[in-house]
Amino acid sequence: MSSDKKLHPGINIQHTDPKAHLEAEPIMFGFWIFLMSDLVLFTLLLATYGAMSVHGIAGGPTPGQITDLTSAGIETALLLASSFTFALASIALKYDDNQRALKRWLIVTELLGAAFIGMEIKDFVTLAGKGQVPQVSGFLSAHYALLGTHMLHVASAIVWMVMIWPQMKVPRLKKLVRLRIMRLALFWHMLDVVWVAIVTFVFLFGAST
Amino acid sequence: MDWTYWLFGTLRWSDFPPKPDLIATFAASLVILAPIAVAVILTVTKRWKWIWNEWLTSLDHKKIGVMYCVLAAAMLVRALIEAGLMRTQQAMANVGSPVIGADHFGELFSTHGTIMIFFVVMPFISGLINFVMPLQIGARDLTFPFLNAASLWLTAAGAMIVNASLVVGKFSTGGWSGYPPFTELAFSPGEGVNYWIWALTLTGIGTTLTGINFAVTLYKERAPGMHLMRMPLFCWTALSTSILMIFALPPLTVATAMLALDRYAGFHFFTNGAGGNMMLYANLFWLFGHPEVYILILPAFGVWSEVISTFSGKKLYGYTSLVVATISIAVLSFTVWLHHFFTMGQSADVNAIFGIATMLIGIPTGVKVYDWLLTMYRGRIRFTPPLLFAVTFLFCFVVGGLTGVLLANAPVDFAVHNSLFLVAHFHNMLIPGTLFALIAGYMYWFPKVFGFRLDERWGTISWFLWSGGFLLAFMPLYALGLMGAMRRTSMFTDPQYTPYLMIALGGAGMILAGLAALGVQLFVSIRRREQLAVPVGDPWDGHSLEWWSPAPPPEWNFARIPQVDGTEAFTAMKRDGQPYVPDPENYEDICLPANTGIPVMIGVAGFVCAFALTWYIWWLAIVSLVAMWALVVLRSWQGEPMQTFPAELVRKHTEEWLERARAATPVDRFAENAPANRGLAEPIR
Repeated sequence: MSSDKKLHPGINIQHTDPKAHLEAEPIMFGFWIFLMSDLVLFTLLLATYGAMSVHGIAGGPTPGQITDLTSAGIETALLLASSFTFALASIALKYDDNQRALKRWLIVTELLGAAFIGMEIKDFVTLAGKGQVPQVSGFLSAHYALLGTHMLHVASAIVWMVMIWPQMKVPRLKKLVRLRIMRLALFWHMLDVVWVAIVTFVFLFGAST
Repeated sequence: MDWTYWLFGTLRWSDFPPKPDLIATFAASLVILAPIAVAVILTVTKRWKWIWNEWLTSLDHKKIGVMYCVLAAAMLVRALIEAGLMRTQQAMANVGSPVIGADHFGELFSTHGTIMIFFVVMPFISGLINFVMPLQIGARDLTFPFLNAASLWLTAAGAMIVNASLVVGKFSTGGWSGYPPFTELAFSPGEGVNYWIWALTLTGIGTTLTGINFAVTLYKERAPGMHLMRMPLFCWTALSTSILMIFALPPLTVATAMLALDRYAGFHFFTNGAGGNMMLYANLFWLFGHPEVYILILPAFGVWSEVISTFSGKKLYGYTSLVVATISIAVLSFTVWLHHFFTMGQSADVNAIFGIATMLIGIPTGVKVYDWLLTMYRGRIRFTPPLLFAVTFLFCFVVGGLTGVLLANAPVDFAVHNSLFLVAHFHNMLIPGTLFALIAGYMYWFPKVFGFRLDERWGTISWFLWSGGFLLAFMPLYALGLMGAMRRTSMFTDPQYTPYLMIALGGAGMILAGLAALGVQLFVSIRRREQLAVPVGDPWDGHSLEWWSPAPPPEWNFARIPQVDGTEAFTAMKRDGQPYVPDPENYEDICLPANTGIPVMIGVAGFVCAFALTWYIWWLAIVSLVAMWALVVLRSWQGEPMQTFPAELVRKHTEEWLERARAATPVDRFAENAPANRGLAEPIR
């Protein structure tokens, strides 16, 4: 097999770490499949939201009444920026041997992700303060479940990053850590894609009603 | 402050045995006594270390496969006893002497369905694929051995949750499909539905991960030259089932998670008021539930393809059409979920579209049946027990398929839905289709797994009892359904039903006798294992690579990875080459993943977490959830430790096998059940 062959979609490390590159093939492929399965989950939550935002109002607030476009805009900016910084981290992973750039960009990504979660929590608290809790209607249940699931994913990705952090210093784990960060990158970008769908079907849809 | 609640949730002494009625107390004591008996046996025979080192901590796909099958077998016993009890109840209640109450009956049909689907057929399928598939494609293991073990123990934890409900508290009475609003807090306040939710969540996660593992292995670990269109058909069905698992299990996870949010946090997804809508549940559940039907049946088709082709002594007829049919069924399975609720309020047009889509599945399935018949046509058929099961399957499955086409007509469905006609239909598909395939596959691959064949006479007796029992137990239900008997009814009071119910009861008794015959067969075979031994590993003149290894196969499967040039790789080897000639150049050290106890501990933590959630013991749920993830993190620090099998050991083991192969006398196909069969086949010319 030619070492120049691109074995999986994603960051290509064949020149900087050929052994890890070969081992990455089935592992990265498996993770793509996991992401597909995870996307089915989000698709169903979005479908539920679609149904509930029409049929599940039950006298409670409508999508238009709970949409805060400013907040959603800031959250989108934070999350898209974090995806960009993670891409920079991936490039650093490929070329940077002493990991300084990698660590720097991962920290920035983590902070942006944490800020995103902070904004979302603020949104939830604001809604709850107005009595708009998930127990009010089927629509609010769907709203909280969809955004909550996404938030839980982002939070677990941050925990994942924190868990990898001390392992980056261990030479014996070097190759594994490299493969783990490559998968984490895919996960992070997928959550961005999901967020774009959420912005479209939750916030823009809500603002337009 | 209520300290009892903080410590024990809603769990109280009154939830523990003794139970109010004798049957439930008996069942509870079985669940307690069985593990104690196993523990005593292990202690007396001093095998604790053995079971931990050789089995529980193993990452070997073959051992994990066997453990899946053992789990399935144990749960099969429970689910069949429950079925017998339900038949007894309906038959006896109709003549005025019921044996159990309505609530107990509700628990029985709920656990029977849940167990048969999630804890018998699914683990059995995972077990067979686990054992057979890597051998068939010429691989040394699955791509993710650790994940494989974790999936096994999550599934086992789910099964144990269902078993725990026999001892502590009650199980759901909401059926295997758990429809709200009945399963909402307002109508099912106790722990029963919680047990159901968390058992399914555990096995749902385990199965999704298993599906990913199988699919990646099939795509990435095939031996050189093993193109997709050269894979044995069983591998194709395994691939289709894996893809269905990956896409169809998330809807189940979503549906049960939403139901849990409704019950635990007061959300309104499926409640009667506040905008909840149970139709949402029906759609989500069957978006999983219908592909699930094909997750259950496709690997069975794979087993039938192997069994029929091997015991007909012929190449599989229409390989390409079988592959295309398998994939077509897998795709179509996502387009028919609505036929599970024709009567729940869609317009006639929507029903018509889904009805037509449903009938379309009959086409690829029909192609398969013809292919199997044509494989048998002019073959050298040996009526071994697996083939006998296959014959029952071919006849009965067509009958079941025809009643399925009937039900696909929405007007017919309006007339017979929710009746015993439906119960007869799906048992008609799942017993001869799936369960018989699993039994046939067990008998077919058993010699490969343990190194000796199963006794043929008891196998035939078991086939007779299962086939006859199935016909007696379920054909009357078609008639009863047309007469108006509804499913899930604890007692009828119509004297006209009596003869049918009695015949069905007799059938259930025969099936239980068939199960017992399987037990006797295993016992007899273990005692005669010297006579039945097939150490060379090819007792049936097999066609695919799993037969090209000693029985049982070594941990590394193949001393060298074979080069494949066409379909039926092993047949080609036997025809053109010399499969049993040593290759002294090509021995090398083989690295395989080392044993680890972490997956078992993840399973235990998963069980504790599910149990704690069922009883609202929040602190314990949090502790065990954190423990599960802590174990994952611990594993990530270990860096995938490997064990090495030195080239010298591999050489020694392989040469011993080849020596045995040269010493053995090849047997003719019609002597394959004679003691002379040591697993070396005389090829058909």
